[in-house]
Order: sequence, then structure tokens, then C-alpha cells
Amino acid sequence: MKLLNLQRHMARAVMTPLTNSERMRAVAPDGRSMRAVASQIIKPNDRLTSFERLEIYNRQYWFRVLSAFAEDFPGVRAVLGGRRFDAMAKAYLMDCPSRSFTLRNLGSRLVSWLQKHPAWARERQSLALDMARLEWADIEAFDGLREPSLKPEDLAGVNPAKLRLRLQPYVSLLALRYPVDELLLVVRKDSDDLDVASNTFNERHKRKRVSAVAKFAPSPIFLAVHRLDEDVYFRRLDREEFAILSALHAGKSLNAAIEAALRNSPIALADRAAHVEKWFHTWSALGWFCRREKSAKNEKVAPRR
Amino acid sequence: MPANRFNGHTDYGIGIGLRSPHYHHILTRKPVVDWFEIISENFMIDGGRPLRILDQILEQYKVVQHGVSMYFGSAERPNREHLRRLKTLVRRTKTPWLSDHLCWGSVDGRYTHDLLPMPYTFEAARITAQKIREVRDFIEIPVAVENVSSYAEFHVSAMTEWEFLNEVAERADCGILLDVNNIYVSSQNHSFDPFTYVNSVPAERVAQIHIAGHSKYRKYILDTHDHPVIDPVWKLYARAIERVGHTATLLEWDDSIPSFEEVHDEALKANRFLASVSLADAV
Repeated sequence: MKLLNLQRHMARAVMTPLTNSERMRAVAPDGRSMRAVASQIIKPNDRLTSFERLEIYNRQYWFRVLSAFAEDFPGVRAVLGGRRFDAMAKAYLMDCPSRSFTLRNLGSRLVSWLQKHPAWARERQSLALDMARLEWADIEAFDGLREPSLKPEDLAGVNPAKLRLRLQPYVSLLALRYPVDELLLVVRKDSDDLDVASNTFNERHKRKRVSAVAKFAPSPIFLAVHRLDEDVYFRRLDREEFAILSALHAGKSLNAAIEAALRNSPIALADRAAHVEKWFHTWSALGWFCRREKSAKNEKVAPRR
Repeated sequence: MPANRFNGHTDYGIGIGLRSPHYHHILTRKPVVDWFEIISENFMIDGGRPLRILDQILEQYKVVQHGVSMYFGSAERPNREHLRRLKTLVRRTKTPWLSDHLCWGSVDGRYTHDLLPMPYTFEAARITAQKIREVRDFIEIPVAVENVSSYAEFHVSAMTEWEFLNEVAERADCGILLDVNNIYVSSQNHSFDPFTYVNSVPAERVAQIHIAGHSKYRKYILDTHDHPVIDPVWKLYARAIERVGHTATLLEWDDSIPSFEEVHDEALKANRFLASVSLADAV
């Protein structure tokens, strides 16, 4: 058997989902006998059959990817509940196996996949989607590129009708239906407290908290997920702030972004300039802006929601 | 022999893997350590805390890169994005050599994130060697391939694992990262004499040695890197350095990671064996 063919056979077997008792299936979902697949490529030895030897790799694969995925999405796990999350994770990883050399990107397609598969979250679909967006933005913020920030003097004398600013690649803007930022902090705190409280207590506490949020009428929030001094933060934004930043990110000029964002704003006309000044002061202090034309890297950044 | 063209003519001593539970200890206590090995993929990112910590480490310590997903043995071509990021990191760390595993793990662009065993065939040796050369030419530093622990053998194999390793290293003209724990694990799983393996490796190509612990199950041994090194592995290590000389040695401890001191003390046990080799050289 040629190398490529053998590797295709083995990879298919290794990536076949395990049974509920975490063993290798006797029959693959496509009807193949796993014993036959194993016997065709793998030698038995005096202690293990071909099937058992292949099973070691099959189990290792699933243990590894499921644990990495669960580590990245504790919030989604809290929303769906442990059992449903584990089943969802298997289904997701079957549809979206890793296509990256790093496990860091394992969940990159979760949001779009969950949108296409609403049955996994049922009545909590919006909540689950919000949480998945937040957790993916958190991953992006953690190790995203930081380009040299624009300083006030970089902008001196620039015509605001022509000025186009770009957000740092590590900043994500999220319009969410639920305040999942608070919920995720609770989930993380619960995990940190695992050493001092029982698992049962923690799970119960987490479930209660998630249920409380899920019962809320949707309460939209606008969020910037960003990094400061290498720590990731969730910063709540006013609606107008979000609109300006989103418009700038979409390539609008400074003037156009501000005009569009404030067109239907309830902020009194007389107060708008002060608001805008304060917002820009904060964003600049956080180092969120960099030059628009400098790098093609921006084109590779996932669209912000 | 220890400083050779496959490890950039360096003589690095005893190192340990750089792992996040030890960051604080290393940065605040600044312990004396010959060198650290990093997992390349953990730092092939665009920014953030991992790179900041790496830069702090690089200010004070020697660092060598060790990869886990180049998959020299995968039949597909190297991932260009992977190579580009790897080269960027190589420039940052100034690693004198770079290692990754003699295994495969991806096919048709799908990654298993595991170190899957090779079929020991001449076709596989040719493809693997070609890929090693391609990576080395792109990265522009010496490359060493590491033997992996394995739990399965293929019907198509036409040679032993050590013959395959030698075939690949010869064809690629690359170095070898000799993992004596992996040799021990595979020898138990496949019933061969581990000393035959160690004695068959071309000593002049060994750039580095790995030592580690593992977990024993009823019917097989799993390479878990979560225990101290056991005596039979130390014996293999002793034989290896008897053959190859005072070679850069690294302890891997990746799960249930104990305190920095415990890991470092375990690694420093290698000194007993290295000292005896130095003594023998001096006599």
C-alpha cells in the first residue's frame, strides 16, 4: 500500500467517533468494519489485536481534540450543559476537523457551524452563539498581532474627511443579545474555585447562573474584546461607540463614521462633540488604532461581528 | 562528537522543557539552567503574552525549538503558513538547530494532532527525507528528527524502526534527536531489544537526546511524559552517551507537571552519566 493511501485509511479510522463508552466502534458510520480496516494495515502482536492497537490512536485523537475544545469554550459548555456540550463537540469536530497545525484554531468555525445546527442549543441558540462569539474573540485577542499604535501626533493636520483608521488586529467588536461577558467571568471564576469547593456545588451554581441569564429577555450589549498589557479584557461600549468603531473598521473615513453613528443618536447635539472626544481619547489611550494602509494582514482577520 | 554540524556545533548541557506552570518561577527566581526547549507551535503566533514571556526568557537563557506538527512523514507537502511562521520564530529565538518528529499526523489538509507511526518502507523514507530537506532549506538551520513512541506496526513495513531512522537521516543528511524513553516504550510495545536500537544509530548524527517518563498499562506502555525517568531508560541513556559522547540532553515533563525544582533535579540526574563519559574521555 502506498504511503498516501495508508495514511488516508488510518486517519479516517483514527478520526472515527468513539462509542458512548469511549471505545473504538466495531462499525464505522459509513458501514466499514473497523476490524477489517485495522487488520488490513496493522499487525497484531502477542498482547493486542490489530483492532486494539488502532484503538489506542483512535482514543488518543478524540481525548486530545475534545479536551482542547472544551478548554477553549467553557462558557458554551456552561450554556449547553456538560452532556449536550460533549455531544455537540463530537458533532462539530466530525464536521470541522482541524485544518491547522495548531490546536489553537480548533474552534474557529464554531460560530458558523452552530448557526447551521441550531438543534444543539435549542431555545438557548442566541445565548450559545453569543457565548461562542465571545470565547472565539477572547482567543483572537490573547495572541493576535499588535501593530504600532497611532499617536496623537500621527493624526495632526490630517483631513478627517479623508482619514481612515484601522483597529488593531487583536480587537474584536461584538454586538450581542445577552450579557455573556458577565456570565463568562462567573464561569471562569467557578472553574478557578474548583480547588476550594466541590464539583457538585460548582456545577449547580453554574447551572443556576446560566438559567438566570437564559431567562432574561435579551438585553443587547456592545463589546470590544481587546488586550491591555497582555491581559484580555471585555469592554462594554455605548451603541454610538460601537457604530463608529465598526464603521472605521469597515473602511469609512473618520467623518463618515462619526456622522453615520450619530445620525439617529439620542445624545443631544450640544453634547456630541464632547462624547466623541472622550471616546477617541479612551480608544487612543488603549492603543486600538493603527494605520489603515500599512498591512495586508488586516484582510486575513476574521470579520468582526 | 557532541558539538556537531547537526546541532550548530554547540555544547548545550542539560535542559528542560519550558512549560507555563514554571514561567513565574523562572522569571522571578532566575534559576541556573543550561537551556530550555520550547514547543515551537506554542509560540508561532502573532503577539500576546506567550511571545512577551519568550522574549524575557531569551534575554537570559539559551532556547532550542522543538516542533510537534511538521509531520515530516505525511505524504502531503509542507504547510507554507506553518513554514513561514516557523521561520519567523527561528529568527526570534536564534535556535542553533530545530527538531521535530519522525512521524506523520496530517493527510489531505486534516490534522490529527498526534504523532502517528510511520510504515517503514523505502517510499516513506524517500518522501520523508525530501520533506526534511525542504524544511531545512527553507528554515536555513540544521534539522534533527526524533524517533517517536509507537503502539502499532504496519504490515507494509520492510525494515526495523532503527533501519528506517538511519535510512531517512542518511537520505536527508539530517541530525537525530534520540529519545531514549521513546525507544524503551516502543521496545516494550513491539518486543525488540532497545540496546540494539541505540547501538544501531549513527552516533555522528545525534544532535540531542530526550529523556522522559511514561505510563505502564496492562498490555502496553504509553508515552505520557508525566513521571520521573525510570532506571531502564537511564541505562539506555548511559549507553547512548557512551556511544555519542557528552550530548545536549533534555528532560520532557508535559503532564501532571511538578515544581520547577523537581523537574530540574530530575533532569540533572543525567549529570551522573555525563560525568562518567567525561571521565572516560579524560583517562
